[in-house]
Amino acid sequence: MTGARIGRFGYLAFCTCVFIFLVAPIIVIVPLSFNAEPYFTFTEGMLRLDPEAWSLRWYREIVENEAWTRGLVNSLVIGVSATVLATGLGTLAALGLSSPAMPARRFITGLLISPMVTPVIISAAGMFFFYTNLGLAQTHLGLILAHATLGLPFVVITVVATLSAFDHNLTRAAASLGAGPVRIFRTVQLPLIAPGVISGALFAFATSFDEVVVVLFMGGLEQRTIPRQMWAGIREQISPAILAVATFLVVFALALLLTVEWLRRRASA
Amino acid sequence: MSERRGRRVAGVGPGYRERLRALGLVLPLLIFLGVTFLAPLGTMLLRSVYDPVVADALPATLTALRAWDGEGLPPEAAYEAAAREIGTAREARTLGQVASRANRIESGLRGVLTRTARDLREVTEGPWREAMTAIDSAWVDPGTWHAIRAAGERFTARHYLNAVDMRRLADGSVARQPEERRIYLPLLWRTLLVSLAITVFCLILGYPIAHLIAHAKPGRAGLLLALVLVPFWTSLLVRTTSWIVLLQTQGVVNDLLVAIGLVGDDGRLSMVYNMTGTLVAMTHVLLPFMVLPLYSVMRSIPPLHMRAAASMGATPAQAFRRVYWPQTLPGVGAGSLLVFILAIGYYITPALVGGSSGQLISNMVAYHMQTSLNWGLAAALGALLLVGVLVLYLLYDRLIGVERMSLGS
Repeated sequence: MTGARIGRFGYLAFCTCVFIFLVAPIIVIVPLSFNAEPYFTFTEGMLRLDPEAWSLRWYREIVENEAWTRGLVNSLVIGVSATVLATGLGTLAALGLSSPAMPARRFITGLLISPMVTPVIISAAGMFFFYTNLGLAQTHLGLILAHATLGLPFVVITVVATLSAFDHNLTRAAASLGAGPVRIFRTVQLPLIAPGVISGALFAFATSFDEVVVVLFMGGLEQRTIPRQMWAGIREQISPAILAVATFLVVFALALLLTVEWLRRRASA
Repeated sequence: MSERRGRRVAGVGPGYRERLRALGLVLPLLIFLGVTFLAPLGTMLLRSVYDPVVADALPATLTALRAWDGEGLPPEAAYEAAAREIGTAREARTLGQVASRANRIESGLRGVLTRTARDLREVTEGPWREAMTAIDSAWVDPGTWHAIRAAGERFTARHYLNAVDMRRLADGSVARQPEERRIYLPLLWRTLLVSLAITVFCLILGYPIAHLIAHAKPGRAGLLLALVLVPFWTSLLVRTTSWIVLLQTQGVVNDLLVAIGLVGDDGRLSMVYNMTGTLVAMTHVLLPFMVLPLYSVMRSIPPLHMRAAASMGATPAQAFRRVYWPQTLPGVGAGSLLVFILAIGYYITPALVGGSSGQLISNMVAYHMQTSLNWGLAAALGALLLVGVLVLYLLYDRLIGVERMSLGS
């Protein structure tokens, strides 16, 4: 019996360590972003909780630094446009894929999801070659198209998943009552699959908002996004300002996660 | 007329119109992906075998070289054409591109070509062989001409040979690169090993916590699942930055180790900007992709099974091995394949925390794209990686089915 108890204790201790491993890196940057010194580690003052050692200087710096504010604007413009594009096209395609009459479903699903598993370096290299030929390199449009492509699989997956729980008798009933396809979609399908569509859109936005490789290859100075700016910060001049941005991104991720979980619960309720 | 068409449509079979409508809904996205994704991949594949720069810049030279048997020196006609076309390329500012391509085949040719182009401006008449040889003795070395002829091939397998550490000798035969110039096969091998190691780490770390979450009480399970989902949603760059903060020499972990006296202040461990950094950070980044499929499989296993096994006299170890583990294999397969697929193409994390020893094949693709500008080789390495990922993706589809790939729980 004691052997089982030791085993159980070891198992829980191991799991605790893994959870710490998962979360610690995300938690540790939050206090460090309030460092008064330009260091990446806890100063003695911070550990003594000396108010002098803590400050908002890095937050002030990112708000005042034009590179970061311009990055935020670029990230939002590109992210929102790419999301709209991906959500529209992805939802339509998901409706088609969920239809029982869809031919070659497996092959087409595989094709639509492939941008998610293709190493991003390969997508970025190919896009660099092809979009340069079209004159789309170093333009916002080029990045919007690229990011929409990378976000599409997420929309397709989430909407298809929501539609799999959808009762197709509802559309048949609506059709028998004389509603056209557009009306059926708007009044019957959309309200029921809306949580899935919004989740997919959030996934697509998060993908664009965190994307750096395509921006690295195709974006010019005018297209610098937040991740691109962070990349430069990590590689070139490392400063706690990056941690302030990172803290902002952690809060943003938490908000996204809570929204998606809330939508999921609403959809399954 | 319309009635006849209607009848013909109906004759194709029931459901034809529904099939057409379903396809019509998917079509816009297929066209979109065709332009924004498939065409770029196609362009990249084309780049890996097609390069017209030298052929376009030195057409007459290459024609003259075609008459050359490869023994001794090429005819005077080749020298004359080369002298003229090198000059033209210099004026058209394409000489740099030509020279760098020739240089990749025979190093030193960049200098030979630019020097020759510069000094030939003062030469107005032949014989060209003497004139060019006076500028650089490389012009009486058949190797120079072999290199130019090879660089002039529009379609070439050169980049693929290069990507697997092979090369074409002057006589046309294929041989392995000399020992010290074999870079890419060891790197591919390292990428596979590292990905495998990360997959194993993720399985070892992920299996117990997936089990804990799957069989916890609903409220606590939600909380624990959130601990997995928070990193999943957090920016990759943020997570990678955190590992730099934690692991660097003056970082939090080293400070902690020094504070509790495990290592001396001068014996701080180097855990980042090397392979350790790549392994730790990538395991962290990919762990949720292992936990989530495991969790969804484990959740469907009734606890009754383990109790039944125990009541029939199985020890916990036996019950786990014979009853629980086999039922989780679909989750183990799905999670491992997904982690492995994502790992072999990873770029960002190794680039930021890998230093020089922790780089993977993707980083080499990026290097040739951005630094060496050897795009043909970058494309060939990318194509090899793409084929690898494609095979694994098809395997995933066969075993698990891509349509069952889910996000979150």
